Amino acid sequence: MASYSTNEFRGGLKVMLDGDPCIMLENEFVKPGKGQAFNRVKLRNLMTNRVWERTFKSGDSLEAADVIDQEMEYVYTDGEFWYFMATDGSFEQYPAGERAVGDALKWLKEQDVYTVTLYNGSPLIVTPPNFVELEVVDTDPGMKGDTAQGGSKPATLSTGAVVNVPLFISIGEVLKVDTRSGDYVGRVKT
Amino acid sequence: MSWMPTASRETIRSRAEQLAYLRGFFARRHVLEVETPVLGRHGASDPHLDSVAAMLSPANGIAGGQGWLQTSPEYHMKRLLARDGESIFQVFRAFRDGERGRRHNPEFSLLEWYRPGFDDHALMTEVGELVCQWLERNPPARVRYRDAFLEAAQLDPFRATDDSLREAAGRALDDAVLAGSLARDDCLDVLMSHVVEPALAGEGAVFVHDYPPSQAALARVSRVGSEPVAHRFELFVDGLELCNGYWELTDAAEQAERFDADNRQRRALAKTDMPADPELLAAMSSGLPDCAGVALGLDRLLMLKLGLPSIEQVLTFPAERA
Repeated sequence: MASYSTNEFRGGLKVMLDGDPCIMLENEFVKPGKGQAFNRVKLRNLMTNRVWERTFKSGDSLEAADVIDQEMEYVYTDGEFWYFMATDGSFEQYPAGERAVGDALKWLKEQDVYTVTLYNGSPLIVTPPNFVELEVVDTDPGMKGDTAQGGSKPATLSTGAVVNVPLFISIGEVLKVDTRSGDYVGRVKT
Repeated sequence: MSWMPTASRETIRSRAEQLAYLRGFFARRHVLEVETPVLGRHGASDPHLDSVAAMLSPANGIAGGQGWLQTSPEYHMKRLLARDGESIFQVFRAFRDGERGRRHNPEFSLLEWYRPGFDDHALMTEVGELVCQWLERNPPARVRYRDAFLEAAQLDPFRATDDSLREAAGRALDDAVLAGSLARDDCLDVLMSHVVEPALAGEGAVFVHDYPPSQAALARVSRVGSEPVAHRFELFVDGLELCNGYWELTDAAEQAERFDADNRQRRALAKTDMPADPELLAAMSSGLPDCAGVALGLDRLLMLKLGLPSIEQVLTFPAERA
C-alpha cells in the first residue's frame, strides 16, 4: 500500500486516518528553531464529512486511501440511488447514495459527465464539473432595456437549483453556472 | 505564473532598506562585517537540523568530497573569534533541509553576530535595540523559560516529571498516542510551539531566557540560584520566533561531549552522523574569548516590519520557484 510522508503532505491528498478515508484540507509546518518539527493538518473525513485537526511528527507517514477518481455519466435515479455509468467503455453502472451525491444533487443532468470518487469499489463522492449548462424553467418575466442596471432576480433551473441571474434572462434560456460558487456565468447561445 | 517573483517591488525595496539599516547599526557600534563559507566540510550536529549535502570535485591537488551548505555561520565565526577576538557580524544565506512552511524556506537570510565581553543579558539589550528601533516598538519584555511555562501551561519545565510533560503535550496535541512517543525535550518543544508561543502572541516583543540545560544547544550552563540553567534566549515578536542567542560555551571538552550527545540522538532518529568539527574544537582549545552570540531571521524580521503573514511574500523566489 502506498503511503505519504509528512514532506509530501498538501491540500487535496487522500489518506487513511483511523480506518476512514480523509482528504487533506490544510497542512501547516511548525518547527521551533532547534526543536522537533511537526505538521499540523486539517482533514475532512470522507465517510462522515467531519473536519479533523491532527498533528504529526515530521517524518511520520500516512497510508494513502485506496480511492480512484473516475469520469462517469449520470444516468437516472430511482429515488434512493443515483446511477452513474463509467465512460471508459465498460458501461458499468454504480449506484451512489444521497451522502455521496451531496451538494452535486442540484447540478445533476442526465448524460452529463461527473467525477465519481470510488472507495472499495463504491461511490464515495460525486463532484460536478466546474461549469454546467442548464435550462431556466422558472423566473419572473424579463424586462427589456434594463440590461445596464445590474439588478438580479432568482431563476429556477431544470435540476431545481436556484441561481441569481440578470433581469433580462427569460424562461427557456440555457445558462452557464459555476458549480463551486453557484454563480451565474453567462448565457449559452443555442 | 511561476516565473514571477513572489515579493512585490515595494517589499524588495524594503529589504534593501533593512540591510542598509543593519549595516548602519553595526557601523556605529564598530562591529566588523565578515564573510565565512556557505559550503563547509562539516555540518551542524543539532539533532533537529538537517544540512543540505553538496559534492565537491577534487581540484589541483586539493581533495574534494562530501560538503554541507551551512545551517548557520556559527562554527566558522567562532574560529574567527578564537584568533582575532573582535566583535563581528554577518548577513548570511543559511540552508536547512526539509523546512518549508508559512514561516520557513530551506534557504533563508540570517543575521549572526558575536560580542566578546557580553553576557546573555547584555546581548539581549542590543538585540532589543536593533529589532525595536527598526520595527518602531517598545523594548522587549524578558521572561524566564520557567515562568513562561508556568503562566501558559501551568507546569514547571525544570521539575515536571516526564509523564506529566507527556500528558500536557497530549492535551496540546489532542493526541495522547503521539505524545506518548515523544522524548522529554520534544514534549517541551510541543508545549513551546502549541501553548507558550500562542500565549506570547498577544504580548508584543518578549525575550524568553534561562532554558533548561537539556535545551542548551551551544549555550553555557551555570547555576542561577540553586539550579543549573542554560544561558540561551529567544526573542518572540507577536508570537513569531525571531532569534536564538547564547552566552557562548567556550569549554572545548564540553563542546566535544555535546557533539557526541547530539550524534547519539541523531542515531536514535535514524539520521546520519555529523562528526564533530575538529577545527572548531581546536579553535576552542586554543581559547575562545568570553562572548555572547545570536542568530536572527531576516526574512521574518521583514515579515514583521511589513505585516506580511507568509515568508514567500518577502522572498523573491521561494524554493519551489527558485
